[in-house]
Amino acid sequence: MHQTRPSVTLRKIREWCIERVIFLCGITSIVIVVLIFLFLLKEGLAVFRHVGLLQFLLGKSWYPISDPPQFGVLPLVIGSVLVTLGAAAISVPLGVASALYIAEIAPRRIKEILKAGIELLAAIPSVVIGFIGMVTLGPVIKSVFHLSTGLTALTGSITLAFMAMPTIVSIAEDAITAVPRQYREAAAAMGATQWQTTWRIVAYAARPGMLAAVMLGLGRVIGETMAVMMVTGNAALIPHSILQPVRTLTATIAAEMGETVQGGDHYAALFAIGIVLFVITFAINGIADLYLHRTTRG
Amino acid sequence: MDPAIIQTRRLNLYYGNFHALNDIDLDVGEREITALIGPSGCGKSTLVRVFNRMNDLIDSARVTGDVRVHGENIYAPNVDLISLRSRVGMVFQRPNPFPLSVRDNITFGLEIHRRGSRKDFDALVEDGLRSVLLWDDLKDRLQGSALSLSLEQQQRLCIARVLVMRPDIILMDEPCSALDPIATLRIEELMRELKKNYTIVIVTHNMQQAARVSDFTAFLYLGTLVEFGGTKQIFTAPAQQKTEEYITGRFG
Repeated sequence: MHQTRPSVTLRKIREWCIERVIFLCGITSIVIVVLIFLFLLKEGLAVFRHVGLLQFLLGKSWYPISDPPQFGVLPLVIGSVLVTLGAAAISVPLGVASALYIAEIAPRRIKEILKAGIELLAAIPSVVIGFIGMVTLGPVIKSVFHLSTGLTALTGSITLAFMAMPTIVSIAEDAITAVPRQYREAAAAMGATQWQTTWRIVAYAARPGMLAAVMLGLGRVIGETMAVMMVTGNAALIPHSILQPVRTLTATIAAEMGETVQGGDHYAALFAIGIVLFVITFAINGIADLYLHRTTRG
Repeated sequence: MDPAIIQTRRLNLYYGNFHALNDIDLDVGEREITALIGPSGCGKSTLVRVFNRMNDLIDSARVTGDVRVHGENIYAPNVDLISLRSRVGMVFQRPNPFPLSVRDNITFGLEIHRRGSRKDFDALVEDGLRSVLLWDDLKDRLQGSALSLSLEQQQRLCIARVLVMRPDIILMDEPCSALDPIATLRIEELMRELKKNYTIVIVTHNMQQAARVSDFTAFLYLGTLVEFGGTKQIFTAPAQQKTEEYITGRFG
């Protein structure tokens, strides 16, 4: 007894230290997010000395360097939303279908090759994808639709769809593979075909994970900058169709930040765009989270 | 015994090089409960999975010999697996309802086999749940998730979802091993009730259970069918020494 006592205290101290260290690591990431948000607010809110909130959000013109400047981000928000929706319309069905194929249907060898290939796709830098999109996809879009320029919202959507696919496929595939074997067995024993089992039971059971995959993929699309800047044409106008050039929120910040006066109105307006982006991604994550918790509990 | 509804002759099954079932000759009578007993790894689960060809899901499994259900060789090349499995239902060791609502668990089988039209589904769901004595407990929770039920209710639901497909034969692979003793007795009671309309083959490692519910018992050891006969005879006057050693608990 007497000999074990000091080691018990020592163990308690060690436990205490480990707990604190882990707590610090955890809290750091939260603190950093909060600090970033505060910094955005501090720099961005200054723009509202000159324009009202509604005028900023719903203004149809973005002319930051004319006199007087106009800071209406509506064309940029629409540009981002249009490109993102287009990319989602392409990447979600394709991504989910390939995840189902890889997880449920493909023979083992093909499965390994496909998984490796998709991971490789994820490793391609966005500027390379943007460059390929600009020099190969742009001219095709231009000639197919008889446009004056091939750098359009559609070009951006297709390019970004390729960037969202690896995330969607690999995470959705994990979710599908994680569906317990017993569900498949039960369905097979009831005489369900492979397709009935896959679609009605396995895909249904994997829904929360597939939603997370889609959200993460789209998160990458909304935040992507370099590739969209290269392929969307960058005209800050409200587009009337997906075949017109658009400019996204992210591309605006990247393109204009170098030319602003630090502390000026334009500078503040770009930070305000950052706030808008932050709010959009936060809302998407929040909605996905809500949905996930609702379904996993049920 | 009446003509057998399931009949195997010189049935052999291999997992790769492993000889899992060795020359099994077995006759299962209609509307009777046949129990397969034996120590772990003796092949009893493998054997029951031969009857609805669930072993097909295992790549390395290979079957030779003759297996007839209603006189039809179920390993013939032109056999419709889907219709076979709608006639030979299966209940598993762990209750495995789908992660759907109670109602959808039952209608799944109806939909994939196009049994009844959608407007009959309410009545069919009620019938199914009544036949496993779940209706009164669950009639107000049909839209609730099947995973929120107790284990016994889940297992009953799994039986109901098989019954609504109107099979002739129900295979049960240790259906009570995840349940408590009271629930086990109640499921056994249900099996005796089902015997009036269905043929049941049950795998069990619980010898008392085999003695309580079954009409016939087959004792398997190391992939061989050691002894097959009336349950009373097997448990009171086994012909083989191995059988006697097993049922008296000397090994297994």
